[in-house]
Amino acid sequence: MASLLNLAARRAPVRLGRAVSCVSSQIRNFASTPLDHDQKELQSLARTFADNEFAPKMQEWDENQLFPADVLRKGAELGFGGLYTREDVGGSGLGRLETSIIFEALSTGCVSTTAYISIHNMCTWMIDTYGSEEQRQKYLPKLTSMEHFASYCLTEPGAGSDAAGLSTTAVKKGSHYVLNGSKAFISGGGSSDVYVIMARTGGPGPKGISCFIVEKDFKGLSFGKKENKLGWNSQETRAVIMEDCEVPVENLVGSEGQGFSIAMKGLNGGRINIGSCSLGAAQASLEAALEHVKVRKQFNQPLANFQNTQFKLADMATSLLSSRLMVRQAATMLDQDHPSVASFCAMAKLHSTDECFKICDDSLQLHGGYGYLKDYKVNVYLRDSRVHRILEGTNEVMRMVASRALLTE
Amino acid sequence: MSNLRILVATKRVVDYAVKIRVNAAGSAVETANVKHSMNPFDEIGTEQAIQIKEALVKAKTGTAEVIVVSCGPAKSQETLRTALAMGADRAIHVESDEELQPLAVAKLLKAIVEKEKPDMVILGKQAIDDDSNQTGQMLAGLLNWPQATFASKVELGDKLMTVTREVDGGVETVKAPLPAILTTDLRLNVPRYASLPNIMKAKKKPLAKFTVADLGVDIKPRLQTLKIAEPPKRQGGKLVESVDDLVDKLKNEAKVL
Repeated sequence: MASLLNLAARRAPVRLGRAVSCVSSQIRNFASTPLDHDQKELQSLARTFADNEFAPKMQEWDENQLFPADVLRKGAELGFGGLYTREDVGGSGLGRLETSIIFEALSTGCVSTTAYISIHNMCTWMIDTYGSEEQRQKYLPKLTSMEHFASYCLTEPGAGSDAAGLSTTAVKKGSHYVLNGSKAFISGGGSSDVYVIMARTGGPGPKGISCFIVEKDFKGLSFGKKENKLGWNSQETRAVIMEDCEVPVENLVGSEGQGFSIAMKGLNGGRINIGSCSLGAAQASLEAALEHVKVRKQFNQPLANFQNTQFKLADMATSLLSSRLMVRQAATMLDQDHPSVASFCAMAKLHSTDECFKICDDSLQLHGGYGYLKDYKVNVYLRDSRVHRILEGTNEVMRMVASRALLTE
Repeated sequence: MSNLRILVATKRVVDYAVKIRVNAAGSAVETANVKHSMNPFDEIGTEQAIQIKEALVKAKTGTAEVIVVSCGPAKSQETLRTALAMGADRAIHVESDEELQPLAVAKLLKAIVEKEKPDMVILGKQAIDDDSNQTGQMLAGLLNWPQATFASKVELGDKLMTVTREVDGGVETVKAPLPAILTTDLRLNVPRYASLPNIMKAKKKPLAKFTVADLGVDIKPRLQTLKIAEPPKRQGGKLVESVDDLVDKLKNEAKVL
């Protein structure tokens, strides 16, 4: 028995040969189907920015619940404030695949901050795509530069998965709509300047919902207490409360009753964005685990020599690759306006958020006791990526979307 | 009104963060499948040229054309596109798969200088792969131009540059009339990130290609590498009893005194 163990130890590569190091550098370069030169440049910029600006401060932001407005604005100077918003208002005019690549790379530095950037981007995209020219010119230049921050308000205390059941009302009175109700779990709530809010102008169900742009200083808008969360601590989360909140009629986005359709379109992209953030968390966790197992020794050898460690890492890499391919394919389908995009986005979100959370968890396990200490970063990736299984539609809702598509003739 | 033409030389090198190893043949550092990027001192050079251009435009006293050049294999174009994405105006690629030592590069750059007639050539003080610290100086010699190396600060006057240099004895300030050679040191500036729109615009900027034959330059290596080896493996430390013991060990064992 002892000699068998020795044999296994001798076989395991302590000094990795050339073939293996190719994969190692591919892993570090986000292995997937080949990216073209521009996509690699974008990815490289985002990863460098994340390494330099996010990574050194990620734990501090998490520990102290700090919103890094200055670093976000630095990123906005490079174009992160309106990745898929049109260029005439300061956006970068990129596609959803490039956006996914960028969010994944940024998330390796800080998942929570990148997730906020993605929410901000969804708001700018909504105004860019469905807003009037006046609304675009009024709001977007300051949003793409992140002089102003945006928040998206759909969820309510009584309407989460059943989003179409929302009860915030918007009643037209002369030159204003008067909004009454409250929104829950709003990322950036209280600190954002612009709120994209879904409210009911018509009858029950999705067709009665409309979309509004609400400014922080509008009369009747207030905020709940700052929530204390397991993760996503670099973003403030609050309830958004409307008590006879007056919104000028010019701030209706699109037409009355169009709100839910806007929300659904937004969610497809939002699901790819959140999936991309999970990919970054898993990528960073895998990289950390790879480093740790080469250094940590037990029984007189690095953990990397043990087959269990090797197999676990292989499973993690395989799982990450499958997640990445699904997310990137869904992003490409969104770029191509594919008719089945909703179900592919749902499946990509379901798979990637579940799998990437497990990868973060496996990485924590490979770190042993050290993984449990906040001195090490792995715990942040785990806690931050946990919520991705819940928001942008719970993974249970993702199953509803996918099964509906499967069972429809 | 001053309209400057600035030529910036860049080199594609193994990325500074990579843990390098000697190749299987023991002949060179392994570069296959290893991450490469622009030599950090050349990033500083590109940034400086762009800052000069921006300062001229802001002061409304003129403008600058920033041309970035790289000598090397096809993949050198990645480095050029990074520089274009930072804000350079156009690029020149001198393509060669042969080994290019500093003298060869200096001769190739001289040929480019004779074509483009720049007012300044900015190079990194050295490349982080060979650490030669020769190309800028050799180019100045070949062109018979003034040179200011290890620059930590540059001010441009009327056909004149005032450069603060970091030298072994401290800091020295020199003035040189243009056209002149400048090599960059670490503290000259902090290179900007390329912005996303600029990365996308970079592919539309002109990129001209030349071969070594087009420029009529002899690039035959003058130096031969005899041996390349990894540094000795790190030994365990030792505890010493006294200062005398420490000095003795530093002198006789480590041989650093």
